[in-house]
Amino acid sequence: MTTQIRAGFLPLIDAAILIAAREMGFAEEHGIDLSLVRETSWANVRDRLAVGHFDAAHILAPMPIAANLGLTAIGQTLIVPMALGLGGNAITVSNDLHASLGSPPQGQPAESAEALARYIESHRETRLRFAVVHPFSAHNIELRYWLAAGGISPDQDVDIVVLPPALVPDALAARTIEGYCVGEPWNTVAVLAGTGKILTTKSAIWASSPEKVLAVSDQIARTDMDLVHRIIRALTQSAQWCAASDNADALAELLSRADYLAKAKGDIISALLGPAAYEPFHGAATFPWQSHALWLYSQMVRWQMAEHSAENAELAASTYRPDIYRSALAATDVPVPTANAKVEGALQSSAHVGAKSGGQDSALLMGPDGFFDNRKFDPDRLEDYLRAQSNSSPSADLHI
Amino acid sequence: MPEKSPSVLVIDTQPARAAIIEEGLRAAGYERVDIITDFNGIAQRIEASEPDVIVMDLGNPGRDTLENMLSITRAVRRPVAMFVDQSDKQSMEQAIEAGVSAYVVDGLRKERVRSIMEMAISRFNAFSRLERELENAKSALTERKTIDRAKRLIMTSRSLDEDSAYKLLRTTAMNQNRRMVEVAESLLLSASLLGDGGAES
Repeated sequence: MTTQIRAGFLPLIDAAILIAAREMGFAEEHGIDLSLVRETSWANVRDRLAVGHFDAAHILAPMPIAANLGLTAIGQTLIVPMALGLGGNAITVSNDLHASLGSPPQGQPAESAEALARYIESHRETRLRFAVVHPFSAHNIELRYWLAAGGISPDQDVDIVVLPPALVPDALAARTIEGYCVGEPWNTVAVLAGTGKILTTKSAIWASSPEKVLAVSDQIARTDMDLVHRIIRALTQSAQWCAASDNADALAELLSRADYLAKAKGDIISALLGPAAYEPFHGAATFPWQSHALWLYSQMVRWQMAEHSAENAELAASTYRPDIYRSALAATDVPVPTANAKVEGALQSSAHVGAKSGGQDSALLMGPDGFFDNRKFDPDRLEDYLRAQSNSSPSADLHI
Repeated sequence: MPEKSPSVLVIDTQPARAAIIEEGLRAAGYERVDIITDFNGIAQRIEASEPDVIVMDLGNPGRDTLENMLSITRAVRRPVAMFVDQSDKQSMEQAIEAGVSAYVVDGLRKERVRSIMEMAISRFNAFSRLERELENAKSALTERKTIDRAKRLIMTSRSLDEDSAYKLLRTTAMNQNRRMVEVAESLLLSASLLGDGGAES
């Protein structure tokens, strides 16, 4: 029995798991006829998912949370039964700004944030403009986290604008923006074009951090859980394939195709292997940690995108469904964490954590998952975390 | 319109489509209609036109930018709720199928929004039909040119007059159960592969 599944995606490196699942036959192996639809905006992906044009989608990790909190569009509950990898972003700035900041090392976000704070302090006459691709994106959230940790107010000291990913390198080249935090390949593209330099990376700001996820409507989960399980199994196989370095060349070939990223294969390979490379599988990269959902939520509250209540926190956490992921892979030999959440930032280096593999106890090599400012996020102590985090942004009414 | 008619802002990168929507809205009695066809200085322009309803095409990659302006940076003084009615999934589906999205000031009467959206949807659909017809007309023209060139090729290579060349082409197509243009195309292609001068241009 073959089931037709239509999934939306944006042309980015981390759409790889969906693309390889279709092209390498993993979907078919699990009885899924997977068709992929390239979209031009995240808003379209979200809306077409909500009205049922798409059964599943490659989507920004905070977007399903925002949808379930009623912050966007229509009331269709979305669930995240699987993540689509970790990392894969960077903060890229113009060559001039990079030089003005003293070309700080990529792996030292604290240094670059300090340099930027000094620069802003001595250039009060102009406001630097940074681009992200969507307000409810990990890019916006990590850019803000990095700025704030450096003592820069994301709302008062700089401008953060939203641009479609593909337009961002041109905007940098034209200097209508001075920097951006965007997924690959768009950082590598600017570096190769000689118009920008990577200042720091997502994984330097927060190691093993969430980026894109798989969203499906809860209607499918209610009516056909077996189908959701099959999708997860197919995509897990695909994630393993994408993660194998032997397949990098074949993967780059696929992604470069006109119907996918439509970029030169060489650019794709550079992005797959570059400083902002993403992790499709290892370290439970596709496990939908509820602590990821809650941390993203904590930042949405921090920047007044969402209002905090116990109920909203519960809605955010339960958007991510590790239980479904676990059931889907129970009979396979893929090691799956036994916990639904973890203390984010606890692992400063890689460590083995408890896992089950085919029903047997096993261990899974995880992390590191540290934040660059060494803060830790304990999802059981959300209230404390929310209270402790600085928010230098005044209520929006003040600066209209 | 008994009360003050809502102001509508149409953001569409296709000026022709924006124009037919504007025309439709004006014909339906909406007098305050603005059009934006590019994104330069859009925040200021939105602020200036203070729209109650924004209509935007789904093909526009600037949708995320617009949503951000509406919800986060508060380029618009008044909060704008997305879509017609959060519970009205059917009309949203029709809108998405037609390729149009809408942003609405909270509190605007539902019937008002619905009539604007119905207008936008029908005009978007009409525009797609027009585009298809134009596309068909264009390809019909290309087909006629291809057939003409094939005909001239037959005339020179077989020393036939125009009428006989055309008949030969038609009979061949009929016998092989193919379209004339297909036969013409393969004839021209083979001629060019064989270095016959007739296939150039």
